[in-house]
Amino acid sequence: MNASDSDEDIYNERSALVRSESPALPSYIPDSDLTPPNGTPTKRLKAGISRRPGPAAADGGGSDPEVEAEEEELTLKYGAKHVIMLFIPVTLCMVVVVATIKSVSFYTEKTDQQLIYTPFTENTSSVGRRLLNSVLNTIIMISVIVVMTIFLVVLYKYRCYKFIHGWLILSSLMLLFWFSFMYLGEVFKTYNLAMDYPTVGVIIWNFGAVGMICIHWKGPLQLQQAYLILISALMALVFIKYLPEWSAWVILGAISVYDLVAVLSPKGPLRMLVETAQERNEPIFPALIYSCECVHCSRSAPINNGSAACLMFVIVSSDPSVSPVSHLCLSQGLCLTLLLLAIFKKALPALPISITFGLVFYFSTDFLVQPFMDNLAAHQFYI
Amino acid sequence: LTLCWFFYLAIGHHIPIYTQCLILVISNKESAAQQKGLLIFGVVLSVLLQETFRFAYYKLLKKANEGLLTLSQEETMPISIRQLAYVSGLGFGFMSGAFSVVNILADSAGPGTVGIHGDSQHYFLSSAFMTMAIILLHMFWGVVFFDACEKQRWWAVGAVVISHLLVSCLTFQNPEYVASLVPTYVILFLMGVWAFYSAGGSLKNLKLCLTCKDKDLLLANHRPR
Repeated sequence: MNASDSDEDIYNERSALVRSESPALPSYIPDSDLTPPNGTPTKRLKAGISRRPGPAAADGGGSDPEVEAEEEELTLKYGAKHVIMLFIPVTLCMVVVVATIKSVSFYTEKTDQQLIYTPFTENTSSVGRRLLNSVLNTIIMISVIVVMTIFLVVLYKYRCYKFIHGWLILSSLMLLFWFSFMYLGEVFKTYNLAMDYPTVGVIIWNFGAVGMICIHWKGPLQLQQAYLILISALMALVFIKYLPEWSAWVILGAISVYDLVAVLSPKGPLRMLVETAQERNEPIFPALIYSCECVHCSRSAPINNGSAACLMFVIVSSDPSVSPVSHLCLSQGLCLTLLLLAIFKKALPALPISITFGLVFYFSTDFLVQPFMDNLAAHQFYI
Repeated sequence: LTLCWFFYLAIGHHIPIYTQCLILVISNKESAAQQKGLLIFGVVLSVLLQETFRFAYYKLLKKANEGLLTLSQEETMPISIRQLAYVSGLGFGFMSGAFSVVNILADSAGPGTVGIHGDSQHYFLSSAFMTMAIILLHMFWGVVFFDACEKQRWWAVGAVVISHLLVSCLTFQNPEYVASLVPTYVILFLMGVWAFYSAGGSLKNLKLCLTCKDKDLLLANHRPR
């Protein structure tokens, strides 16, 4: 892959990974260009949003404070816009999963079958044993995720685009065809609809083929977003069925920690992925990220909501009795994350705040709020 | 868009509800009468917590607004404090209404008979009306509260807190719905009028608006008078 290849408009492996239809992300402006030589970057950025109006106005040296002020404002508006834009897919994802769980009983029937990533069973007699098993499951799952991420980053760094492409195609193929076939089958069973194989074949083929094209090649942005939402929902449903409960909670916590580390620390794999992509001036794989429509923004701040993120959001909300609550705290978490993103202007993990909020509020709701609310509703007291 | 953002922040109103539940469950007793007393105490405490959080929100939004003002040095404030009051009140109302009614709504879909044990037949209806009143009231309280804080009229702030307490205490009389709903709606109407006047409305404005003679509105729509 030499430079001349990328200049021509041919469909080679590299341009296949680079979405030609996606909105052009302008090149990343490193923080050092913005800040004055003497000022400290984060403090100045914080001043735009925080309570002290002093530093932003009083600073005399370096870059133009007016331009910076406008950029701060744009970032605020950008951040606000993205709250809405990310809120919608997360909501839709949750709606799909909750609707499925409520109607199709298949996904809530506990089987003894488990994923190979979580070999330890939770059907044990003692609490301690169960806890130990869930922790062990988590360790295995997280190490698998870490290894895969590092592998992906290594592949990307050494420009093995073909391999990555093949891997992504294989996994999205499986999701789009096999899991959706299973899902369709279960929905038909639930509603007792008679169906023949040729019809199902045609439906699944169309769904899958259009999905593959949309995600890996060109397609309308909204269709691509819709497919990513559906894929996240399908994955979440599989996890709900095959992941044992306690393991799921411990994994959630561990993933948020890992996300923090992977994105924020200088050697973190996700951060390296993002930085490499930015150095090469390419958008990151469309199959992995949910690209927001950011044509109007004048600065790029990549929002990495991997489909893994959507998946985890949805698992938290999978318990229908607390879904409004977790939905709320997730949206709060999203708001906070995006606010921080606007402040720090770097790739940020979307998960940790949301997951922390989600975990805290889920457990507190279950144990604390529910009895109080039930009592209030029984007497019809309003607060 | 920034308004939407603040709305989402205002949804943090569920925080006082959570702290309230925490406090209540910690002090859990067995006997029924004590339970009811504890519940009433919990409601009162919850109302006070909510108003405290409303004040905290006012401070927070004021500071955020100042920050925004410094950023855009040429323009006037992008969002007026009145819009913030409205949005914040709406957020509070939305959360309060959701917490009150979502469990009832979920139960209403399931199998069951209303009042089979001799309770009132109008449970769902009265809950719906009460929730609507509460949401609107929160909105009006938000507007009046922020306006009062702006003009440093602390008696008005006290009046808002007292009326919130009053409305909550009125619900203790359920299931005598006449005794609880009617006064609540009276309070709602009065608060609405008060909020209207404190937001800068007047009879003249209202007339101009309703008869389509409002100059600002016409100019905005580019229609000749």
